[in-house]
Amino acid sequence: MSEKKFISGSQVAVQAAIDAGAQMMYGYPITPATEVFTGWIKNKQPYLQTEDEIAAGFAICGAVLAGQKAFTATSGPGHVLMQDGLSMAEAMRLPFVLIAAQRGGPSSGTVIYSQQEVTLACYGGNGEGLRLVYSPCGLEELYELTRRAFNESWKYRFPAIVLTDGYTLKTTAVVDLENLQKIENIPPHALVPEDKIIHWPNIYTFEEELFEELNSAKADFENIADEVASAETIEVEDAEIIIVAHGIVGSSTKEAIKQLRIDGFKVGMFRPITLRPFAKKQLDKVIGASQVKKVVVIESSMGQLARIVRDELAPEIDKSLVSLHYAGLGVETQEIINQIEKITL
Amino acid sequence: MTDFIPAKFCPGCGYPIVLMMMHNILKELNLNTRAVLGLDIGCSLLAWNFLPINTFQTHHGRVTPTMLGFKRARPNSICIGMTGDGGAYAIGMQSLAHAIKRDEPITVIVVNNTVYGMTGGQTAPTTLHGQKTDTSLEGNIDNPISGPEFFRPLAHKDAFFARSAVNEPKQIQEYFRKAFETQQAGHFSMVEIMSFCPTHWKTKGADTIAHLNELKETFKLGII
Repeated sequence: MSEKKFISGSQVAVQAAIDAGAQMMYGYPITPATEVFTGWIKNKQPYLQTEDEIAAGFAICGAVLAGQKAFTATSGPGHVLMQDGLSMAEAMRLPFVLIAAQRGGPSSGTVIYSQQEVTLACYGGNGEGLRLVYSPCGLEELYELTRRAFNESWKYRFPAIVLTDGYTLKTTAVVDLENLQKIENIPPHALVPEDKIIHWPNIYTFEEELFEELNSAKADFENIADEVASAETIEVEDAEIIIVAHGIVGSSTKEAIKQLRIDGFKVGMFRPITLRPFAKKQLDKVIGASQVKKVVVIESSMGQLARIVRDELAPEIDKSLVSLHYAGLGVETQEIINQIEKITL
Repeated sequence: MTDFIPAKFCPGCGYPIVLMMMHNILKELNLNTRAVLGLDIGCSLLAWNFLPINTFQTHHGRVTPTMLGFKRARPNSICIGMTGDGGAYAIGMQSLAHAIKRDEPITVIVVNNTVYGMTGGQTAPTTLHGQKTDTSLEGNIDNPISGPEFFRPLAHKDAFFARSAVNEPKQIQEYFRKAFETQQAGHFSMVEIMSFCPTHWKTKGADTIAHLNELKETFKLGII
């Protein structure tokens, strides 16, 4: 039997959390993430509406220490406050799952389309950005990455952020979750055990202790990169222009490439599915290919993705990079086509 | 666990007394294996390996939401948040107020020494009017907050609020016993302990005790 459903992005996120075996949601209402919270509640799942995002974040830290799969969803200024708890989760390697719905500005009005929380999601805490950040493109991928966020967070013990946006959560479409629902869950485990005593610091007396702890976490993060880091590539084999886009801008880019190919442009796409860890080897291979003449990073922010691309790309790969900024603005297919047509190689 | 772990608190600090009394009562009630001690940041963080009970450090002002998250996930645990007066009544006040309003079944122990000790003795919400600190060089212009009295009206009738002092060991233990029993009965409990901070009070020996006893005039001991 087909599992095709006509549902919204928020409902997809809720379904993914339920199917992932999430046991508790702590939340504070904020557009456009509210429907994830209310959708979870309407499905009669356990929850607590906290007094702010700070409390939601630390309640999750407490819950996962006790071995419960807990999560939250937030956006914009709430995402800023959530960095307090996320910083504890990062430092103590807690499987903290956040669905972050990006929005433009503080509110209200421009709360739908934005990619301005990339740096915040990846590097927002008082730490080194050792967290898993997923950027879904489309509702089926939103489902898949939410499932992955729970699984990989509990497996590798890094906080995980599904970095989506208001537009995606409010999109209603036909989705087929049948195959994706077969993903197996990684069960939670008590980090503070019931049968023995542990003493768990988050603060170190000596710089050397902290240094050692951070290096060990960094090594673990690098070791899982091959397994976790992922990207989608389209039409890259002969491409002279590579468009780099993520999340919702990736959807417009896919459409643009179809048209541009018909018009004879040798253009392809590299779309990071994970922003942390980044699919660095794949990026180097695609952009380092000899026929590639130009890299065009397109995003709904002032170069937050472009900074990551520059940082991750091997320094010996010397290609011309154009960074197009549409901060807080929707990027439509025709705009991408117009920009690529203007490029001279 | 029989290893001797030296106290890392300043000489003359009241925290080790509070921790010892707490542990005595947990053992007496046979709760020590189910107890989980969360530490706010402030001087309490130094207790992370002090007692043979499950212990972890959190962030400044955030021990209350962390412990209620733990308690909701593992209801048979005895969740204790230990915090200073700054963590409880300044940066953590919003979370504490709402935990009380919701009658979360956790125990919050507030060690009140009227200053921010860990950061060097700045003005706290509990600093006395006129008290000189690093951030009130001419003396504090505000009046102190009385935590348990402030929060009591928000709380469930069966919640437990009390204040004791580190030189009243019998009373501390009586209140801790009631606090943990209240948690087991499914209600919020909070015990504020007036403590001394000779380092930042800049007092010695008898003067430290005398100042603690003076504080009892402002911060009345008893069940609230």
